[in-house]
Amino acid sequence: MIGKLLRMDSQRRRAMTTAYVVAEPIRCVECGICNFNCPLGIDVRGHARLGQPVADRYCLTCGECVARCPRGTLRLESSRVFDPAPKEGKG
Amino acid sequence: MPRRYVIVGNGPAGAAAAQAIRARDAGSEITIVGDEKASFYSRPGLAYLLAGSIPEGQLFSRPDEGNRRLGIRRVVARMERLEATEHRARLGDGRSLAYDRLLLAVGARALRPDVPGMDLEGVVTLDNLEDARRILRLARRARRAAVVGGGITALELAEGLAAQGVETHYLMRKDRYWGNVLEPEESSVVEARLEDEGVRLHHEVELKRVLNGRGRVSAVELSGGRRLTCDLLGVAIGIQPRLELAERSGLATKRGILTDEFFRTSHPDIYAAGDVAEVLDPASGQRVLDSLWSVAIEQGRAAGANMAGAGEPYRRPVSFNVTRIGGVTTTLIGAVGSGRADEDLVSLSRGDSQSWRDRAEAFALVSEAGLSRVRVLVGKERIVGAVVMGDQSLSRPLQDLIRGRVDIRAARERLLGAADDLPVTLTAIWKEAVGVAAG
Repeated sequence: MIGKLLRMDSQRRRAMTTAYVVAEPIRCVECGICNFNCPLGIDVRGHARLGQPVADRYCLTCGECVARCPRGTLRLESSRVFDPAPKEGKG
Repeated sequence: MPRRYVIVGNGPAGAAAAQAIRARDAGSEITIVGDEKASFYSRPGLAYLLAGSIPEGQLFSRPDEGNRRLGIRRVVARMERLEATEHRARLGDGRSLAYDRLLLAVGARALRPDVPGMDLEGVVTLDNLEDARRILRLARRARRAAVVGGGITALELAEGLAAQGVETHYLMRKDRYWGNVLEPEESSVVEARLEDEGVRLHHEVELKRVLNGRGRVSAVELSGGRRLTCDLLGVAIGIQPRLELAERSGLATKRGILTDEFFRTSHPDIYAAGDVAEVLDPASGQRVLDSLWSVAIEQGRAAGANMAGAGEPYRRPVSFNVTRIGGVTTTLIGAVGSGRADEDLVSLSRGDSQSWRDRAEAFALVSEAGLSRVRVLVGKERIVGAVVMGDQSLSRPLQDLIRGRVDIRAARERLLGAADDLPVTLTAIWKEAVGVAAG
């Protein structure tokens, strides 16, 4: 049981560290629901309307903004930073 | 001497124009004149203010400091008249501003039905922040509300009032919601969700008059003589571009202020953009009206760039909007309509595009899973439109295929035969198209 919980926790941590919030600006109407629901007060909207990924070092990638946006502007995208490096001669 | 620009209207088109001018003309004087005291705010966000999802302060997405840093001045005043030949703008408070180029981005206002009692206290529309504040104030005391109209704004009013704890009755003239844009199954999804939210639906009823109880709404009288007691009446039957200033100033207007593909009005130094403008689309040769946030920003940007000398003709994008109707996130792209009229709307409504009403010469494919639904309209060479309700994962592929006018002839048979695996097939076609475009 404890092993299962630890595994879930480690999966969750991995998801949180390897993803970041990206935006599709055409869907954004600057309503501010994302900012209002961000537990850290990050200006998600400021990024979203310009189509920039939320590259704030405090972002937990908790997904609150993604889930609350009424227009589907935001999504979590996995970062390739933690992927194993491609072997030489391939890719 | 630095060039002087005046922008009338502090909505998305005006704000985008000011920034575009500043980007091209660093030394110019830019003044935004608007009759609202509030700084720039999200008008689509008013629906979420009514629903209680956000406090009012969240709506102010671009504080005045940003403008000040860019050297953009904002003046709160009503614009009285433009003296086009003298290049002078007369404000309601007696001041005047000299300009070299001026942009009219004054937006549109809600229409009211031509029935008795529309001037009573308690009849509300949702145009601006003041309206939203008034609705919230009245909702605190109201016990029952009626809403008439169609499209997105009527639902925003109905859902907002219900969320404020008011018993809300939504009155439709037709047998279902937004019948000229949505299919019957899509209307049913929205109506079922509205009922879950506590909104009471009435089909095939017409508002005849509003009854007066000491200067306030006391009831509405419906077709057949039936009465519904209520304290509030929300109205969203369509919008009307604010043409008065243009007309007083002698500019050419029809449904909106007429412009060429460079956003120039009948006077070469006066431009118009956003909900107020009827802009020439060079691709179709037609003048079109849209009432979409993203279109207003794009038109404002292009108009501002042209005012500063860019010479960019307008390229009207395929219409696109995302909205939450009945709590379901819904994306509308391109031509999705039935070509019929909608009696609940007498003109374009907010968040609406003329092109959605157009009947597409296309074959409709539908995929449903749980509460999600996707309808794709496949033409001879392209996918011409789509409605994505609920799960939005197909929205981006469809947007790329439709807005990018991707030629699907090679994949058409595969698509038409896709039946149950429509999402998989569509995603595969999208990836091939994106791959080709990138390579």
